[in-house]
Amino acid sequence: MRTLLAVAALSVGMLGCEAVRAAEEAAAGEAAARYGADWASWRASNDVADMPSVQRGARNFASYCMGCHSLKYEHWSRLGQDLSIPSALLIQDLLPPGDKTTDYILTSMPAADAANWFGKTPPDLSLMARARSRDYLYQFLTTFYVDPTRQTGANNLRLPVTAMPHVLSELEGLKAAVFRDVTKADGGHEQVFDHFEQLAPGRLTTAEYDGFVRDTVNFLDYVSDPSQTARRGLGLWVVLFLLVFTWLAWLVKREYWKDVH
Amino acid sequence: MAVPSAAAASPAKKGLWAWLNKRLPISEFISEQLTGYYAPKNFNIWYFFGSLALGVLVLQLVTGIFLTMFYKPGELTSFDSVEFIMREVNYGWLIRYLHSTGASAFFIVVYLHMYRALLYGSYKAPRELLWLFGMAVYLALMAEAFMGYVLPWGNMSYWGAQVIVNLFGTIPALGPPLVEWIRGDYGIADATVNRFFALHVAAIPLALLLLVALHLVALHETGSNNPDGIEIKDKLGADGKPLDGIPFHPYYTVKDVVGVGVFFVLFALVVFFVPTLGGLFLESANFEPANPLSTPEHIAPVWYFTPYYAILRAVPDQRIGALLMLLSVMAFLFLPWLDRSPVKSMRYRGWMSRTALALFTVSFVALGYLGLQPAEGLYVALARVFAVIYFLFFILMPIYTWLDPVKPVPERVSFHAH
Repeated sequence: MRTLLAVAALSVGMLGCEAVRAAEEAAAGEAAARYGADWASWRASNDVADMPSVQRGARNFASYCMGCHSLKYEHWSRLGQDLSIPSALLIQDLLPPGDKTTDYILTSMPAADAANWFGKTPPDLSLMARARSRDYLYQFLTTFYVDPTRQTGANNLRLPVTAMPHVLSELEGLKAAVFRDVTKADGGHEQVFDHFEQLAPGRLTTAEYDGFVRDTVNFLDYVSDPSQTARRGLGLWVVLFLLVFTWLAWLVKREYWKDVH
Repeated sequence: MAVPSAAAASPAKKGLWAWLNKRLPISEFISEQLTGYYAPKNFNIWYFFGSLALGVLVLQLVTGIFLTMFYKPGELTSFDSVEFIMREVNYGWLIRYLHSTGASAFFIVVYLHMYRALLYGSYKAPRELLWLFGMAVYLALMAEAFMGYVLPWGNMSYWGAQVIVNLFGTIPALGPPLVEWIRGDYGIADATVNRFFALHVAAIPLALLLLVALHLVALHETGSNNPDGIEIKDKLGADGKPLDGIPFHPYYTVKDVVGVGVFFVLFALVVFFVPTLGGLFLESANFEPANPLSTPEHIAPVWYFTPYYAILRAVPDQRIGALLMLLSVMAFLFLPWLDRSPVKSMRYRGWMSRTALALFTVSFVALGYLGLQPAEGLYVALARVFAVIYFLFFILMPIYTWLDPVKPVPERVSFHAH
């Protein structure tokens, strides 16, 4: 019985690993830390089980991301099925003209042209939430700032000198990053990020834009591992079965071992 | 049937069972290897890991077979086919996560299984060969895991393969052509992933199965050691059976099933809730396809190789580092002959052996942690300290086990019925 209790305690501990994962994600990114941004508190805090949020994220992706980025491992039909979007609505609102629901979610921008225009082909986003983490995506999409020295007019705190233009500026508006001068231990100076200053308003308020980004990240989190909600649901039953099985096995063992002195 | 035959006394009486037993020694095998195989009755929690390792081996074989049905080795197909399994194959994600989690679980149970041998002197005479077969299983497992890690063709697969394969290049003269021969190309490429696939699914599993069989045959010849390190065959009862032994079946079969249950509860928690385990079991860099033009910020092998990797990086000279890394793995092979202690179990050893094992344990775990960290500053300095302790455990073993003030070993095993 002691062993079973220990397993129960360990189980709780394992679920704590999710917290460890989040902490590790937040700790990543040395380049950005130079700017003094406190990434540890800058979390996506998204929830893939929140279906309306994932659906809004899909809408955001189709409206703002798909012009350049693909989700080459996801079918439209799979998306419709997982996100409970009726086929008619999927075709009417999300599918690019001419695409079939059995097609993969691909941008219509030719890769060679994209490489020419931006300096590199915009990456496929199917696995970005796993490769770079959800927090990374959230931080990236919320830290664009005006920088006239960049070709695109925008720079990013999370991914400095990014080739991506601030395509969401129409929603977020324009903001400037204010840096402060810090004297280092060796007497040298460095520029450390202090705060953002809104230069021009966008169509969304700051809170609305934050929600917009979280929904989008939530959607990309879903796409990176589409079976994750089903996986957790099934896992609960598997663990419950195994606990009952182990308890019965322990009763059998106890009965047999009564003969051993 | 007027005259009762001798066979009537055994379960092989009539019908299909008798027919089978005339042609195949099934009853004989069961009575010799299970119901008539006596194991010490004082096994503790450390004795679950052998049967668990066998369980994980079966799990890996079965899930592996299903993965090969959809996996397509090749520079251009590997990564996509793994994502195809994860997304389009029915329960493909489950098979894949069972297999990837199984790889780490294999090493967890094997390390605990080996540690049990260190605790209770299970490698000492008459079990030297048993230990060597076990070590051969461990070495084959390392090769199996490394090649399996390359197959998904993620960016860390690619660069990990680059680092490990290049280690062979440090061998004087023979190195560079050898590396080319292993890769089958001038770099890690299509030929490499295809041959690693062949070795991972056919050659090494066959070797593993053979070695595991030999390990078990050797075990059943000498009989199991136990936490007291006493040979139960030395104290036989009137019936010729060991006084401190109990039949493996049913006692240990029913007990091991409990162990299997507990293990799979923990295993399922990882598979269903945290399959990447924060990047320890599946690294985030491996969700990007292999890219020869983009080196990951920080290359580290999976956790089960990091103690040795930390030793490799602790040495400034790459050639000596590779040699020490090899020695750090191979050192275990010599344990039966390095250990001069008259007793087997730590229970009856003195402070010297105990302190040495404690320091070694701390070093191994610390090196495992340091191998995951970037090779710079304090991390390297600490890795050097722990690497020295690691090797001193083996080098000084003949001396401290000989000087060690041991305690008297009891006649019979200590066992408290619950």
